[in-house]
Amino acid sequence: MTETREPRSHDAVDRVRRRVLAAAATFAGAALAPGVRLISPAPAEAATGPVTDKVRWGILIDTNRCDDCDVCVEACKTENGWHGHGRPRTDPQWIRKVTLHDRQTGATHDLPLMCVHCQYPPCEDVCPTGASFRRADGIVLVDKHTCIGCRYCMMACPYKARSFVHEDVTDQKSYMPRGKGTVESCTMCVHRVDSGRIPACVEACGGTDGKGAMVFGDLNDPESDISREAGRHMVTRIRADLGLDPGVLYRGI
Amino acid sequence: MTGAGRFILAIAAVAAVWAAVAAPAAAEGRVPLPVLAAGKGDKCVEPTDIMRRYHMEYLKHQRDETVHGGIRGAKHSLVDCIECHAVPDTAANGVRTIRPFCDQCHEYAAVTMDCFGCHTPKAADATEGPTQ
Amino acid sequence: MREIPFSPLPGRSAEYYTLLGWFALMVAGGLGGAWYMEHHGHWVTGMSNEIVWGTPHVFAVFLIVAASGALNVASIASVFGRVHYKPLSPLSALVSLALLAGGLAVLVLDLGRPDRLIVAMTTYNFKSIFAWNIYLYTGFFVVVGIYIWMMMEWRMNKYKSPVGVFAFLWRLTLTTGTGSIFGFLVARQAYDAAIMAPMFIILSFTYGIAIFYLVVVSTYTWSERPLGDFVIRRMRNMLRIFVAAGLYFVIVFNLTNLYATEHHGVVRFILLDGGVYTTLFWVVQVFLGGIVPLVILFQPGLGHNRQAIGLAAALVLVGGVCQMYVTIIGGQAYPLVLFPGMDVSSSFFDGVVASYTPSLPELLLGLGGIGLALLIVTLAVKLLPFLPDSLADADMDRRFHPDEHAAHFDEDDEEEEPQPATKAA
Repeated sequence: MTETREPRSHDAVDRVRRRVLAAAATFAGAALAPGVRLISPAPAEAATGPVTDKVRWGILIDTNRCDDCDVCVEACKTENGWHGHGRPRTDPQWIRKVTLHDRQTGATHDLPLMCVHCQYPPCEDVCPTGASFRRADGIVLVDKHTCIGCRYCMMACPYKARSFVHEDVTDQKSYMPRGKGTVESCTMCVHRVDSGRIPACVEACGGTDGKGAMVFGDLNDPESDISREAGRHMVTRIRADLGLDPGVLYRGI
Repeated sequence: MTGAGRFILAIAAVAAVWAAVAAPAAAEGRVPLPVLAAGKGDKCVEPTDIMRRYHMEYLKHQRDETVHGGIRGAKHSLVDCIECHAVPDTAANGVRTIRPFCDQCHEYAAVTMDCFGCHTPKAADATEGPTQ
Repeated sequence: MREIPFSPLPGRSAEYYTLLGWFALMVAGGLGGAWYMEHHGHWVTGMSNEIVWGTPHVFAVFLIVAASGALNVASIASVFGRVHYKPLSPLSALVSLALLAGGLAVLVLDLGRPDRLIVAMTTYNFKSIFAWNIYLYTGFFVVVGIYIWMMMEWRMNKYKSPVGVFAFLWRLTLTTGTGSIFGFLVARQAYDAAIMAPMFIILSFTYGIAIFYLVVVSTYTWSERPLGDFVIRRMRNMLRIFVAAGLYFVIVFNLTNLYATEHHGVVRFILLDGGVYTTLFWVVQVFLGGIVPLVILFQPGLGHNRQAIGLAAALVLVGGVCQMYVTIIGGQAYPLVLFPGMDVSSSFFDGVVASYTPSLPELLLGLGGIGLALLIVTLAVKLLPFLPDSLADADMDRRFHPDEHAAHFDEDDEEEEPQPATKAA
């Protein structure tokens, strides 16, 4: 914060400094110390936040309704701007369609797979700098300001949900910064969720081209659509054996 | 660590020597001072002298609030900086970006920015997006 | 055993500068490779979203593991009281620091954002074993640095033992941390095993002593300082014990996985049908890097021959790099099991063995780490008195008799120095 700056001998600078500090201190109601994050109430003009753990965002995917369509993937690409460079091995993939084939029964099945936003995310555990983190409302994100690109989270993720940005990115969306050398993954369209909207994939799946297989909502609210749907029939959590409590639930696998 | 410390000391020493040599030259006016175009509206979110010195602190603070707390549309957001200060940028084929505004001072002060490797410097009307 | 004086190498010969030049060239190549990777982004390497850690990590982990093992000779002298290892202790600590520096340089230069190293040094998540390792690695420099100081400054000699014990415990923790990088990966079928940590400790002894042997023999041969069989024999004995122990851990690791049905896929991949990984495992890691060295080292004729032991040590190192390659890259190449019992396919290579070809910049970066380690050692032995003037049997072996010399080669004389008078001297 401002106090980490060394005082200059300049009088005018000191005046400015005092004003900033005074303003900030009044604002925060707490003294600033180096390295301590200023926790202030949201400014009056802020449109959203701060998020709390009263909600836990999740997605329920009914794989019986899902087929080989990929509107969710296309919607995610358009929304978040992660177009590839024709190099599948290094191109990003925030959400992908997976086809399952049961070796014994021969049945096949399609489903979308992305970051499942664990309650206990292994990516957060292994991240040396704390760049991988879980927001209070359950959305798992990468803080690209502190990501050093070590890729340990990609080693740790059981869902292969993360991509490393292998080359320069231009023409990012203003609400979805992305850059070379950092790791990225599904953000559950955090910018949309913060302004009260639903993720692009869920919206597209519920649209005219989609199959209506995805429900988004607050898992903590027993009255929400997702909670009611999840309570009606048994749901599956991919790699439930790991006990990570994912926020993306499936039915029909 | 001692090696790193010595390295930093060495850099600091070189920087100090450079400053002593280069500062008088700048004062004589050989490097022109940046001339910044006025942004949109009457005034910035903070007084100019404060912004000039502390904009990075405001941005850094806001960035943590936004990424970790989901606080969007607050006073010190980078998107708003871009909205007010974007100008036609020859380096971007005339599209309005904030780069000419930022670069003037940053080149003058030889301070590298790390914002636009990830954030788009383009004004909203120059980026197409389905949502705001 | 008498006190042996230490002195720096003169380091004025053309050969010395040629050697230095080669190592500097390796470092320059590594820096060039790193620059190329960072400038273009990692898509120019063989690494991908499936193989997220590639050749640089193979070399980095190998060097870091070897680094802690190279300290072993010093530990044996300070911690276990084997005074005849004492003259080799400073060099052992030096090689250990140099290897760690080489390994860390590779690891750091491969980061997506190496420019943010300061973030890694200031922002920590203490649940991450990586974050712990940052402390363990930087702490190792400090601890071993102090240890070298205690050994080389006679006024500080009295503190050598406690510092040596501390350094030994630190290096055990460090290798545990390195092994746990893989051991803690609960989601990956190829890792997720507690045995990773002790296995890495054993491997560190193996790689460390193999490198140390080659450093000692080449340094003493090239500088024409006397080097007796006493020292050679001890290093050979250590090497063969640790090669055998390393093989034991590999067997136990694979047997455990073979017993668990859920791991059959990944074991089958490594041991039977993993293509290049299977070949590297059996031919290079196990046969060339384990069995052949053991045959050489236990064979009475070859086991006395410095060149043969050197060959065994070199094979152990080649096998070690391949072991890291099979562990790190082979472990990632085997697809993650998300839906047990199902065949899966997707546009993101689900259910497919990931392909990986090392690229030139990656290889240059990895070799650059080795170059850096060797460059540090080569420079340090010229600048500071790390090397004893003589490692001749007459100086090292308190029971030395010129006539009976050859007969002693395989004799067990590992017992501690009994007379306190000898110790004080």
